[in-house]
Amino acid sequence: MTVRSTIVVLWRYAPIFILLAAWQMASELKFVPDSLLPSFFDVVHRWLEFLADGEIAKSGTFLWDAVRSFFASTVVTNTAASMWRGMVGLGLSIILGVTLGIAMAWFQKLRDFFEPIVMISYPIPKPALIPIFIIWLGLGHISKIAVIFAGCLIPIVISAFNGARGVDRYLIWSARNMGTREGKLLWRVVVPASLPDILSGIRMALAISFILLVSSEMLAAKSGLGFLIFFLGESGEYAGMFAAVLTITLLGFFADRAYLTIMRRILIWREE
Amino acid sequence: MENICAIRNLTKVFFVERTGEYVHALDRIDLDLNRSEFLILLGPSGCGKSTLLFMLSGLDHPTSGEITFTEKSHDNKRLTCTVFQEYALFPWRTVIDNVAFGPEMRRVRKRARYREAERYIELVNLTGFETRFPNELSGGMRQRVALARALANDPEVILFDEPLAALDAQTRRVLQTELVSIWSKTKKTFVYVTHSLEEAVLLGERIVLMSSRPGRVKEIIDIADIPRPRSTTNEREVKVLAMLAEHIAAEVDKSMRREREL
Repeated sequence: MTVRSTIVVLWRYAPIFILLAAWQMASELKFVPDSLLPSFFDVVHRWLEFLADGEIAKSGTFLWDAVRSFFASTVVTNTAASMWRGMVGLGLSIILGVTLGIAMAWFQKLRDFFEPIVMISYPIPKPALIPIFIIWLGLGHISKIAVIFAGCLIPIVISAFNGARGVDRYLIWSARNMGTREGKLLWRVVVPASLPDILSGIRMALAISFILLVSSEMLAAKSGLGFLIFFLGESGEYAGMFAAVLTITLLGFFADRAYLTIMRRILIWREE
Repeated sequence: MENICAIRNLTKVFFVERTGEYVHALDRIDLDLNRSEFLILLGPSGCGKSTLLFMLSGLDHPTSGEITFTEKSHDNKRLTCTVFQEYALFPWRTVIDNVAFGPEMRRVRKRARYREAERYIELVNLTGFETRFPNELSGGMRQRVALARALANDPEVILFDEPLAALDAQTRRVLQTELVSIWSKTKKTFVYVTHSLEEAVLLGERIVLMSSRPGRVKEIIDIADIPRPRSTTNEREVKVLAMLAEHIAAEVDKSMRREREL
């Protein structure tokens, strides 16, 4: 990155730095008590401590120990647990959701069967499913994965369905006219033509996955950022709680940015 | 003249769900296609000329009557390929991948199909634009890609459904000239739907005049003897234009009167 582009990026996010400065000032000037809002520096300090608290059996090699300690730290272990759940849940919902959505658009019988099911599942507030999945699947990874999977599935199915239904009929005609068989038509025409819809559906699902991830971990879990927020909050460790919130905020932000970058690259053909 | 396709007694009736009525789109059409001719289907809108094209392409089926090609279609042989007014290019594919689509469906190896595509891209004067996406091209260029893509299937007949109707007058003129030159170079049979009299006279060898609702062949006018390049101001062309205009005016008049009666 050049100096120039660095300045551009910093300038774009300047309002965030102003907000953080205001936060720090409010604490410094005792506008708000520390028990309600610990100062930004305290939170960062706590976050760095969480990053350095990995307990490992020393091997004697400094660098190797540092790496292992990093991976055993509170921040990294809990982030990893959360990311694992989020990625598996979202990944499964993408695979099934895209397949189902396109199949529903293409096969009348499947549409007749699944449409009412999708319609009734759509307005369910997905966090309501968390207790049910915990009863069924316990406190471990599986219940969170299931909640995320269920919550992300519907928007992906709907977007894939709409995408596949809305494929320009001329594209289909001209592919058929060039001797494309039905199976290939799906892969070579319908899927790529629905990609813009599918990808924006997945972006929506990505946001939903974060909401469901944190809320399900807060309700019942033994690891993960949601668990950390809840656990530290309960034990009155507010700087730590904010540090965990900060982590999930950053994670969400970078996940969305990364997704947007990938999406743009895939949809490069749409730009004029 | 070698006959490559016979249309016999072709009738198409549509059922329109909204109104609950049957529409007689085509009525007992008899028509022969000759090898390497430039055939124009001309008529007022709603005369069923696009419907006839769809039957020829195999995308739709006649209610009765038949279309017989002398050659048989199989996996590696397309009888027809269509160039639509809407271009219908695959927007996620680059120019060369669009043109190579047909060969790809026939499982031609990558290098071979690119070589083939390259040849047709050159034919439509788009060399240098191979890696562009359709969105980056003008309407005229998109239609060239569509034509190259159709040619790459090496079909017996190329069907055109008002391909230049959406373009500006300047571009249309240029493409009309190129179309004639590509036609004479490739020796393909072109079946070209248009409602423009000038276009019919500038491009066609035979003009099939159609009447509307039900669509029938009203007259077939042979103008293969008019030398090219043609213009709409030469004596002979003006005469043909006047005749066509008369026919069309009568058709439009008829259909408007009918509409008033309804």
